[in-house]
Amino acid sequence: MKTAVVVFPGSNCDRDIYHVCRHVMRWSTEFVWHKETTLPAGTDLVILPGGFSYGDYLRSGAIARFSAIMSAVKSHADRGGAVIGVCNGFQILTESGLLPGALCRNRDLKFICAPVGLRVENAGSIVTRAYRAGERIRMPIAHADGCYQAGEETLKRLEGEGRVLFRYVDEAGEPSERGNPNGSLHNIAGVLNDRGNVAGLMPHPERCAETILGSTDGRRFFESLVK
Amino acid sequence: MKAKVYVTLKNGVLDPQGKAVEHALHSLGFSEAGEVRLGKFIEVQLSGTDRAAAAERVRQMCEQLLANTIIENYRYEIE
Amino acid sequence: MSVRNEPAITPELVKEHGLTPDEYQRVLAILGRTPTYTELGVFSVMWSEHCSYKSSRAFLGRFPTRGPRVLQGPGENAGVVDIGHGWALAFKMESHNHPSYIEPYQGAATGVGGIMRDVFTMGARPIANLNLLRFGRPEHPKTPYLLDRVVAGIAGYGNCMGVPTVGGELFFDGSYDSNCLVNAMTVGLLRADRIFRGNASGPGNAVLYVGSKTGRDGIHGATMASEAFGEGSEEKRPTVQVGDPFTEKLLLEACLELMEKDIIIGIQDMGAAGLTSSSCEMAGRAGTGVELNLERVPMRETGMTPYELMLSESQERMLMVVKQGGEEEARAVFQKWDLDAEVVGRVTSDGMLRARWHGEVVAEIPAREISDQAPEYERPRSRPRYLDETAKLDESSIPVPSDLNATLVRLLGSPNLCSRRWVWRQYDHQVMVGTVEGPGGGAAVVRLPQTGTGVALTAGCNSRYVFLDPRLGGCIAVAECARNISCTGATPIALTDCLNFGSPENPEVLWTFVEAIEGVSEASEKLDIPVVSGNVSFYNETSGSAVFPTPAIGMVGVMEDVTRAIGIGFSQAGMRVALIGQFRPQAGGSEYLAAIHGKTAGTPPALDLAAEARVQSLVRKLAGDGLLKAAQDVSDGGVAVALAEMCLRPGQPMGVTVRLPGPAASRPDVLLFGETQSSILIAFAPEMEAAVRAAASSADVLFVPLGMTGGAKLVIEGLIDAPLDHLRDAHENGLKKVLEHSRAGAA
Repeated sequence: MKTAVVVFPGSNCDRDIYHVCRHVMRWSTEFVWHKETTLPAGTDLVILPGGFSYGDYLRSGAIARFSAIMSAVKSHADRGGAVIGVCNGFQILTESGLLPGALCRNRDLKFICAPVGLRVENAGSIVTRAYRAGERIRMPIAHADGCYQAGEETLKRLEGEGRVLFRYVDEAGEPSERGNPNGSLHNIAGVLNDRGNVAGLMPHPERCAETILGSTDGRRFFESLVK
Repeated sequence: MKAKVYVTLKNGVLDPQGKAVEHALHSLGFSEAGEVRLGKFIEVQLSGTDRAAAAERVRQMCEQLLANTIIENYRYEIE
Repeated sequence: MSVRNEPAITPELVKEHGLTPDEYQRVLAILGRTPTYTELGVFSVMWSEHCSYKSSRAFLGRFPTRGPRVLQGPGENAGVVDIGHGWALAFKMESHNHPSYIEPYQGAATGVGGIMRDVFTMGARPIANLNLLRFGRPEHPKTPYLLDRVVAGIAGYGNCMGVPTVGGELFFDGSYDSNCLVNAMTVGLLRADRIFRGNASGPGNAVLYVGSKTGRDGIHGATMASEAFGEGSEEKRPTVQVGDPFTEKLLLEACLELMEKDIIIGIQDMGAAGLTSSSCEMAGRAGTGVELNLERVPMRETGMTPYELMLSESQERMLMVVKQGGEEEARAVFQKWDLDAEVVGRVTSDGMLRARWHGEVVAEIPAREISDQAPEYERPRSRPRYLDETAKLDESSIPVPSDLNATLVRLLGSPNLCSRRWVWRQYDHQVMVGTVEGPGGGAAVVRLPQTGTGVALTAGCNSRYVFLDPRLGGCIAVAECARNISCTGATPIALTDCLNFGSPENPEVLWTFVEAIEGVSEASEKLDIPVVSGNVSFYNETSGSAVFPTPAIGMVGVMEDVTRAIGIGFSQAGMRVALIGQFRPQAGGSEYLAAIHGKTAGTPPALDLAAEARVQSLVRKLAGDGLLKAAQDVSDGGVAVALAEMCLRPGQPMGVTVRLPGPAASRPDVLLFGETQSSILIAFAPEMEAAVRAAASSADVLFVPLGMTGGAKLVIEGLIDAPLDHLRDAHENGLKKVLEHSRAGAA
């Protein structure tokens, strides 16, 4: 798996994702600076990492989508190549139109860093194949703008086409209001594009991919990509 | 010239900041305050003298960057 | 020397700059003439308490600062200690109390930004932030607002930087009503042989200004931090700086990238007193001079004067000395990160700090003299009279609560003992994928993937103890931090201090200051934990009423195998629970006495540093040998609160049943909630008991078996029988109650 981790000014989970791809998954992994116009030759997977690109000063992800590298990322996606956005990376993907919807300020207006319960809704996607459908897992979130919003039509399509990847759930495994940390519509934590090659999620799989960090639920997210 | 751009959340999109301000106004005794919606106000200094052309450029700025039209509305004035 | 368009120097102007007549005479002696307006500004900030340490310097030499691991002691941007395998830690704690009281979000945010710059100027990548916060009584109208905004400010800055905030301490007391404390600590990782320092050596080398443009923000911030608050302080808003964490993140990456090349001679943050202190200090350390062309400084506002440029405290700026000829290479790196970098001057050999404005000399001061000739005061000290009053505590006047279960619930939900989850949930404490033990326990543990080793970090100070006995309190502050680190299995190796006190011009305050330094030093010596950096914050008082003396301690420890790190939570049923060390609970100075009976009285628990060293070394050995499942010391709230915390710590709470030792005649409330020193609760698998007992006996440490984990209740035989969900509700909702005061207050 040849992986490119895009570094925007203000990215801060770039090194974390790199660590997991390179040292846990043992993939050939490279950082790609946002001012580059092409991806390294032979790139299979592009990851847009978490962080605060451009300080998130206008809207999360709004400025990063104009970075030079984003045209190459779009072409890669158009060719069917895999693109993943985690947290700020998810926000950049929605801002750039590679994924539907938008991510707004959390319901309680606070930044939240906490483990959350998730239910795997679609276990057939490029990033969820190593999970079982309906499986309950835990991953940490760390964001202030993670409230997923989309128009009714979009939501209907996402649900109808099985493009909701993960949903926030409570201790009983139910996508309830109580299990919803940020107010996301339909408790959506992650989605897939219509072609199935672009995925975005707010939780951080790279933070729970090693035993020493207390959980390996995120490791299968990465394993799915090579399954 | 100067453009004044107002970006607001669309009706129906959750506005927790607006809610918080509304709540605070009520607890300060401003019971007449109804729904509060929070938005952004952006000032852009513009070169050139053609107001119509400027307005079109500002519209493009809003569409491309200043607003996320999935969740936000915008309007602007040119002075 | 006179400069066009600058105000004439009058006695009033000198006074406005906070210089005493004596100090002004010194200025005249150094210069041999009347200072220019810009020079007056330079002396004013450099000789402020904040920058010159004029009232404290005489006493700070007491700190033990040497040790085999110390690579850089006090006097630099941060201290540095060797952690083996070719790596080192740079760390320091600093106060941002006054700015945080005036504008809590920006004050706290820029405090975090400043301390991170101090650490990465040493060449270290910040790997963890901690903080120590003090606010007034929860029912004070400003407390909820300050708490909410300070926490948001710390989160806003640290989260954006991508540095995890892994621990800290939060404490409420009426003495902080009008003076909150916001102390921020950063720990960074660097190669032991790649330490950068604030040094302007090599005449001819370029002085490079990098980072944000300069505005008028914060002018005289350092002077403000050196004054007590009076009426009207809240009107001082214009001097508040606004933080830009995004720019600082770029600055961090750019500096670290440039440090890989071999062109940086010296580097220093432009913090308090901005360009003035960074250039003076860098030249002073190297014994050189610096010549600045102020018109080249990147400016954010129009019409700025040399005076303003020298004194501005705009954030996210660095001063760097780069090798002559390396300017373009340096500039290219900053350009990559979209940052301003300008050559604003050169290192000279004449020892002068010379500032020019379009060619005209506006300031010319011997750089070394500014610090060498800085005033130093050994002001009068006297033992505070209140100590005689507080020392008198008649335990028999304290009623024993009739319902001990209810008292435990009240304590667990009280502002100083309840869960801080509301706070640390707002801090990204997991970014950098290194957090093995996060906030909410004793010390945090961060792994170093480069080596497989771990570092343990903590910050704390029981300021009530320091108030009741400054020397013993100072001692305990160090001992408790070290105990927290030892409980993870790590060995404490160095500390930083942040000494928050009232006015040094008050003899009683100064006495407590000197006593606290003595206590910190004594423990530091006996436990072999040198002081490698520090900060003094005086004038934390309003209208003559000072904060509790608060010598905050930040400490780091190391462990060879991070997979052996121990947390505080009971994670499994069927584990044996025991106490090691001394167990002499007393009511004096306790949180129980304050929270339940409203009394701050008595003297802190006695501390025997030799016994302390033994119990800490034992717990480290047990953890290192893989014998332990959990460990936590008994501190505020006593053994009952410590056990409750161990039950509630895991995601799924775990019960415990114990029987406490203690003479039958002793008071049950003091037994449960009284405080003691050198006492650690441990949990281990039953088959390890013989080994644990043997290790304790050969370490000459008392071992007392208490009971076993299991069930869904906390049971202390004959005294406490409480369902955990009941305890958890109280514990988790305590801070929300504090915050809700704000709504009630506004209505």
